[in-house]
Amino acid sequence: MLQTILFAPLLGALIAGLFGRSIGERMAMVIPTALLFLAAFLSWIVFFTYTSHDGDVVPLMRWIDSGTMSVDWSIRVDTLTCVMLVVVTTVSSVVHLYSMGYMEEDPAKARFFSYLSLFTFAMLMLVTSDNLLQMFFGWEGVGVASYLLIGFWHHKQSANAAAMKAFIVNRVGDFGFALGIFGLFFMVDSIAFDDVFNAAPALAETTIHFIGMEMNAAELLAFLLFVGAMGKSAQFLLHTWLPDAMEGPTPVSALIHAATMVTAGVFLVCRMSPLMEFAPQTLMIITYVGATTAFFAATIGLVQNDIKRVIAYSTCSQLGYMFVAAGVGAYEAAMFHLFTHAFFKALLFLGAGSVIHAMHHEQDMRHYGGLKDKIPKTFWMMMIGTLAITGLGVPLLYIGEIPLGFAGYQSKDAVIESAFAGGGFSYAFVMLILAAAMTAFYSWRLIFMTFFGETRADAHTYDHAHESPNVMMIPLYILAAGAVIAGMAFYGGFFGHHEDHFWHGAIFSGAENTVVHDAHNVAKWVKVAPFIAMLIGTGLAVSMYYKSAKLWMKLGFGVLAFIVLAFAKQWEAGLAIGAALAFFCYVVPFGMNETLARQQQPLYQFLLNKWYFDEIYDFIFVRPAMWIGKFFWKRGDGNVIDGFLNGLAMSVVPFFTGMLGRAQSGFVFHYAFAMIMGVAALVTWYAVVGG
Amino acid sequence: MLPLLSIITFLPLAGALIILFLVRGDSNQAIRNARLTALWTTIATFIISLFVLGGFDSSDTGFQFVEERPWLGFLTYKMGVDGISVLFVMLTTFMMPLVIWASWGVENRVKEYMIAFLILETFMIGVFCALDMILFYLFFEGGLIPMFLIIGVWGGKERVYAAFKFFLYTLIGSLLMLVAMIAMYWDAGTTDITALLNHNFSSETVDLFGWQIIGGFQTFLWLAFFASFAVKMPMWPVHTWLPDAHVQAPTAGSVVLAAILLKMGGYGFIRFSLPMFPIASEYFAGFVYFLSAVAIVYTSLVALMQEDIKKLIAYSSVAHMGFVTMGIFAANQQGVDGAIFQMISHGFISGALFLCVGVIYDRMHTREISAYGGLVVRMPVYAAIFMLFTMGNVGLPGTSGFVGEFLTLAGVFQESTWAALFATSGVILSAGYALWLYKRVVFGELIKESLKQIEDVTPREKMIFAPLVVGTILLGVYPSLITDVFGPSVEALLAQVDAAQVAASQVAMK
Repeated sequence: MLQTILFAPLLGALIAGLFGRSIGERMAMVIPTALLFLAAFLSWIVFFTYTSHDGDVVPLMRWIDSGTMSVDWSIRVDTLTCVMLVVVTTVSSVVHLYSMGYMEEDPAKARFFSYLSLFTFAMLMLVTSDNLLQMFFGWEGVGVASYLLIGFWHHKQSANAAAMKAFIVNRVGDFGFALGIFGLFFMVDSIAFDDVFNAAPALAETTIHFIGMEMNAAELLAFLLFVGAMGKSAQFLLHTWLPDAMEGPTPVSALIHAATMVTAGVFLVCRMSPLMEFAPQTLMIITYVGATTAFFAATIGLVQNDIKRVIAYSTCSQLGYMFVAAGVGAYEAAMFHLFTHAFFKALLFLGAGSVIHAMHHEQDMRHYGGLKDKIPKTFWMMMIGTLAITGLGVPLLYIGEIPLGFAGYQSKDAVIESAFAGGGFSYAFVMLILAAAMTAFYSWRLIFMTFFGETRADAHTYDHAHESPNVMMIPLYILAAGAVIAGMAFYGGFFGHHEDHFWHGAIFSGAENTVVHDAHNVAKWVKVAPFIAMLIGTGLAVSMYYKSAKLWMKLGFGVLAFIVLAFAKQWEAGLAIGAALAFFCYVVPFGMNETLARQQQPLYQFLLNKWYFDEIYDFIFVRPAMWIGKFFWKRGDGNVIDGFLNGLAMSVVPFFTGMLGRAQSGFVFHYAFAMIMGVAALVTWYAVVGG
Repeated sequence: MLPLLSIITFLPLAGALIILFLVRGDSNQAIRNARLTALWTTIATFIISLFVLGGFDSSDTGFQFVEERPWLGFLTYKMGVDGISVLFVMLTTFMMPLVIWASWGVENRVKEYMIAFLILETFMIGVFCALDMILFYLFFEGGLIPMFLIIGVWGGKERVYAAFKFFLYTLIGSLLMLVAMIAMYWDAGTTDITALLNHNFSSETVDLFGWQIIGGFQTFLWLAFFASFAVKMPMWPVHTWLPDAHVQAPTAGSVVLAAILLKMGGYGFIRFSLPMFPIASEYFAGFVYFLSAVAIVYTSLVALMQEDIKKLIAYSSVAHMGFVTMGIFAANQQGVDGAIFQMISHGFISGALFLCVGVIYDRMHTREISAYGGLVVRMPVYAAIFMLFTMGNVGLPGTSGFVGEFLTLAGVFQESTWAALFATSGVILSAGYALWLYKRVVFGELIKESLKQIEDVTPREKMIFAPLVVGTILLGVYPSLITDVFGPSVEALLAQVDAAQVAASQVAMK
């Protein structure tokens, strides 16, 4: 069954890729999709049979054997794997289905489906790996598939450039990952997970001599692996490829750049929890990087106009949340947020795809508006996605032990509570709260700019805007169901009181690590803080972008904030925040965003241009690399090396050149042959007869 | 038992003689006969070499299929293969039929062309089979002549310059090696490689005009061999002959050069430098890491800026050979295994990449990157093949390119983290130059008038690529196929090297 899950997508990829032309484009879409649904179905069975049990390893084949290095192809199943299996195959299968509609007019359907299935296969290899090397295989494999899919429309220069950028920036991360693997092999003499995990406590006591420095082995190796995770999960400094990756077709963005591949970094950190737990410094770095990413990506998301880029920055930001959770030691919360995020973020992307489909591939939200009545089903699906990502729920109300609300409500709050439990009122906690407010703001901004108000589209496009076909809507319904209930259904297992039983050793927590337990017992004001942040973001978005907002709506946010805080017994804060929020919502007029953009031109440009990362990197990496390359080539090879060595030879060469001139006349040519023949004949003669 | 090694070594030569004496005239029929004779000869050689592989016992770490005869008075004709050399023999016999078949388009002096390649094959197989030092030298140097002619006669516009550059660089290096060999004969009293492998060359510090030469005699010998093999690899900074030679050579010449001739240097390091001069090898390891790391970073950056497709791939070859030299002198199982693997894999991948260039060069007669763009529109199959080998070139896991890089780096990391750090940065740079090349040649819109009629790969070209595609993926997914063959030999070799190094350090302690 495990083998079927793993190889069904590969089979689909091969069928569509190699025989796409002979079986016809319809079959080239249907077969991979059917195989993916099979894999998804089996994955859910595996999920329910294997979680809460001991892990299992199914060996497949030998891979690399060299001395003490022995690496096999194999399948490891434990709860971590199971969670990833259902996420990957479920999202992938609905994305396959959706693509049958979305790519309707594309001439290269077989190629597209082949790549999609290939991606899924690589991702499954990644999550089922039992050693770091097979994981690296999947890691790079998803990178290639992502490269191929971002550049799928290869006639577009921007798409090609984005594809290359994605691959190369990821390689920067892989550089760290690879060094981490070499280091682990050096220290542990094995790169199988179990050996590494067993050696982790010893590693924490050992130092390693690395490029002239003595470092704690566990810290260094954990950090190097995390560099890999930063690349794949688009964390601060290595994030630049993700927004550009939106050049790919939208289903690709939903599958790869929201739900699965970009979460591989989080998965890596959680998988390596037995090592991470012995690397407190690295965990701290992870927390800081995650928190910074969550904040900074959200700030950029506030002002982007391309619908997909808004969601891309949102993804980047949410990945930051997951890293914070892992960094403070709440791997369970990280995985939980990964799980729910997959549903609502894929939903948002596919919903955006449906909008783009309706609007003739227009992606600029400044040319949207008023689409609510044109594409109502898509609108409602996007609403569900937005409510989930902003984290709507009923604060402090539990059914049994389960908080009541959309999927993002449980998981995001779990992350924030963990951040507080792990570090108190810290940098990470503050960044996440601020990011939560911004998340609400940009998510609602997207909704208002797209669906409400007067349309800004040209009349023709607007009149022809149509709801997507069923083949595209059904995936939205499935994901929407996930976005509503995934949090409530799985809270108990992932993060609730059954979590030990659910994970069953797949995640390791050090003896001192009680973050998950503490997270349940944080003060009430901490528990309601993300909700308040959400209210603030939403309130401001409503005031600025919703033209027909009534006064009671604007004031409502303040009142609601007050009530919630009152329940948390924070009367003073409730009064202050509630009043302030109500006041601001009241005074902020519709269209204030434009005034702000004009008044705060430098800040606006800074955010609009993504903190100028692309320009800085171009200046400090790309151009110098090219300049040095050219310098080495022309000066190094040309002047110095050739100049020196040829200077020596050149006095001789003209003499020989004259000879070759004659060679071409045939004389020396035949002479040389005669000579070789002579030598050869002599050798042969002695070889055969000489004895 | 049949002298199988001599048969596969000299069968190509016999084919060359047949073409020389039996194929007369310049008629189309004669040309056809010359081509077919060459093709069938190389195929037959390959098939016979399969018997060598089939009869090879990889658990036996000694030399097998040994033939020994007195020859030319004081010399001996001795052939044999171990787990390391047998694979290079296989690589040669495997590549040659493909190379010959890829040369169908050559119209100029076809007879001589085929003769040159067949003689070259004899020399190449000879190098890997020779178990006598002088015999090795003859084959090693002999290979220069046909390659020199291939570049000089069938090459591009600047072929004369390139041919001489190639010839002089490699010859000067080799002359030093010859001097060293004579010194070794004087010291050990034999030219038999198996005996030399067990001979202890003195490593006591000597005093030369007041300079203390650590490692003594071994150091001198090591340096002399290094001069020859480093040029052949080629290592930085004696690599500049390679891009010129590649650019000027005809497609088949480039393939042989990249796939096989470059491997002679690495093979030489493993056969001579490391086991015969273990003390000097240890002493110079840091120096080799330095040169290799520079080679990887430097040539990758240079490759990034190339405007000629062949030159770009040539520079990328230099970078990939940097992993090999590094791995060999790391002198541990992963390093040496990785180096050998990398050489075999590079044979497939770089050979295939030069064939890829050949495909479009045959159609457009230019190697300028800027002359192309958007080929995927007219040539989807070509685009897929080229993509696969580009990914192999950047070391994607699942292709053979990954295994060699990974093992060498894992090996080097144990010896020098600095070297590993710089070398690993090569994975970023290789992605840069390889994907950028691919993007400029294959992707984009097809707007150039001249390209609008270009045809996709022919069935013949597909058949040539097919074995290379299979090989690249097969070795990537199941590398044990060949690591099992050379692993035990490498292990035995390293055990000997370690023992010698330990013994020397104990002497030094006393």
